[in-house]
Amino acid sequence: MHNLKLFAHFVSGSLLAVASGSRGYYIWLLALTILIALGLNAYDHQLTHGLITSHMRDQVSWGFYIGNFAFLVGVAAAAVVLVVPAYVYNWGPIRDVVLIGELASVAAIIMCMLFVTVDLGRPEFVWHLMPIIGTPNFPHSLLTWDILVLNLYFVINWFIVTYILFMTFTGRKYNPRIVLPIIFLSIPFAIGIHTVTAFLFTGLKSRAFWHTALLAPRFIAGAFCSGPALIFLIFRVLRKVGRAEISEAALFKIGELLAYAMAINLFFVGTEVFTEFYAQTSHTVHARYQWFGLHGMSSIAIYTWVALCCNVLALIIFMVPKFRLNLNILTLGCVFSFSGIYIEKGMGLLLPGFTPDSLGEIYEYAPSLNEVTVGIGVWAVGALLFTLMARVAIAITAGDLRITRT
Amino acid sequence: MGIFSRNKKARGQKEGAQPSSSRREFLKTAATVGVGTAVGAPAVASAMEFDFETFMQKNFRELSDEELQGVIDRLERKYSEKYGKDVSVSAIGPMDGVLYGYGLDISRCIGCRKCVYACVDENNQSRDPEIQWIRVLEFERSEALRTINLEEGNPYYEHEKVPEKGKFYVPISCQHCEDSPCSTVCPTGATWREPDGIVVIDYDWCIGCRYCMAACPYGARHFNWGEPNLPAEDFNPDIHIIGNKPRTRGVVEKCSFCIQRVRKGRLPACHEACPVGARKFGNLLDPNSEIRYLLDNKRTFVLKAELETNPKFFYFWGTEGRS
Repeated sequence: MHNLKLFAHFVSGSLLAVASGSRGYYIWLLALTILIALGLNAYDHQLTHGLITSHMRDQVSWGFYIGNFAFLVGVAAAAVVLVVPAYVYNWGPIRDVVLIGELASVAAIIMCMLFVTVDLGRPEFVWHLMPIIGTPNFPHSLLTWDILVLNLYFVINWFIVTYILFMTFTGRKYNPRIVLPIIFLSIPFAIGIHTVTAFLFTGLKSRAFWHTALLAPRFIAGAFCSGPALIFLIFRVLRKVGRAEISEAALFKIGELLAYAMAINLFFVGTEVFTEFYAQTSHTVHARYQWFGLHGMSSIAIYTWVALCCNVLALIIFMVPKFRLNLNILTLGCVFSFSGIYIEKGMGLLLPGFTPDSLGEIYEYAPSLNEVTVGIGVWAVGALLFTLMARVAIAITAGDLRITRT
Repeated sequence: MGIFSRNKKARGQKEGAQPSSSRREFLKTAATVGVGTAVGAPAVASAMEFDFETFMQKNFRELSDEELQGVIDRLERKYSEKYGKDVSVSAIGPMDGVLYGYGLDISRCIGCRKCVYACVDENNQSRDPEIQWIRVLEFERSEALRTINLEEGNPYYEHEKVPEKGKFYVPISCQHCEDSPCSTVCPTGATWREPDGIVVIDYDWCIGCRYCMAACPYGARHFNWGEPNLPAEDFNPDIHIIGNKPRTRGVVEKCSFCIQRVRKGRLPACHEACPVGARKFGNLLDPNSEIRYLLDNKRTFVLKAELETNPKFFYFWGTEGRS
């Protein structure tokens, strides 16, 4: 009973914390709310007229939404990169930041689920894939696996942050015998959500471009480039606007991790390029479209090269100590890494799989304005949730929000 | 050959437009009163209108006989009101000892697309946006190359007359794979392979995730991106629930071998429409069927055999020296 009462205080204190803030904080919330409203309006348009408001068609039947979904699963998985040094090796500096990383994970998973939902033709029937009331095609359909592991990963992360914050709020230290097993569980789950998402594509023998054993490792490598980069950028912002105490040592550690991740990621890109182009088959047509375009249609090829340039520049910054140990240059490297992977693991991965389509037709897809607006709305929901959660987390860890034990 | 390739007026009379009363009697033997219809079906003027019974409807494969009869009654009422025609909705099941197979003679096909339009007439596809289940690819005839590279095919050919000199044609629709990748990946079990080999979709159960479209190696699946538009005069009232039932927005659809016809012993609409006899259809388990004769005596092949989907749609060159 005592704990329940304390938890009620925790919830009401959290609500008070998110409701109060500086002027800049309110402006930021207002801006996000406006973007969400625009996104909702665009989604309403889509619900009224159908997915014809997108530029997806039979030839390219997944586009911007699923591309963002695949990318964000990576962001969600990447929190584990920080979790391991923080809790398993008990390395102090990064433990201060790992909570924020896990909150980013939680927000990313919610965005993933929203992106899948807005992609559905009949979202009102989504209960058809739930157990008992629906008929989920488990274990055959990888999509049912993906829904399962994403939800479990969400629960795990949500529990860890809530538990740790609640204990800090009540002035107690968390019990490692509760936290550590769950942390250990979250590691295979982080790898798991991204592997299952990769298998979603790899499992399709109809699409030669995705039917490669390298896809899951590439997904993981990409995730470890984009996720920590995003978390790094968030920290830099929080150090400016919030009162979060984030040590430089933690930031530089992220830079070091990124150097490994990006090197591996680019190595994977290289092996794939070699395999596709050295011994060409009729299946190389997708890679040819990805890198050079086909029959004069090459809008995706431009993005492929932009992504490659971003990733190479990021690698140079992460590798050269002079650059890596300069916070501003490192920030630039994280921007490159995040954008490069966003292109590469989002639409860069998706579109060549569908182009040419299974009967050889080339339909050059680019998202419609309505699709992009819905997507921006989803990103704004994620940013808003993250902001509110981070506000509570920082208030509690900084000691502003705490209850004295009675 | 002198057959116009896109003359819509030349399309044949609609087959099966008159529902037979004996069929309806047959279907109504299972149950008399449907459950869930007591509320009284609201007039469904537009597909946009929310219909609680349709919303709560179970997966086709989980419906009891009684519930199925309820669905049939409701759909008959709904479609009669909406399209102003006498409608026969059936859920007739597979026959024992039947496995359907399709044969297509590439040496005969002239690319007239009569099959494409007969299919649209029969199966209640949306006219605008236009959905077609059969795609006819046109290929360059080449002395040296006898393989079919699908990337060389052109589905958008327009000629005054077909066949165009120096070309050959390959119509492609659902291949009714024995190991169908589409039904494996479907997260809700809304698409499956029936015992007679027909891969079907429950249009009331599909949530429109389009995973099956990514999985299909033959581009056979089509999505209702917009609100389907089927004028009442084009509506075919001879309906099978998992066949040519009019679709709603946001679901995937495809060829069902004209399940509403073949399970009553008739031929698919595309087969009947073919003016050159390039299409063959029959029971693969019947040693005396035409399709078995083809498999035994002609050199047949399936599309993308390397994927081991085991299609039940076979292509062959029936007339040596042509194409």
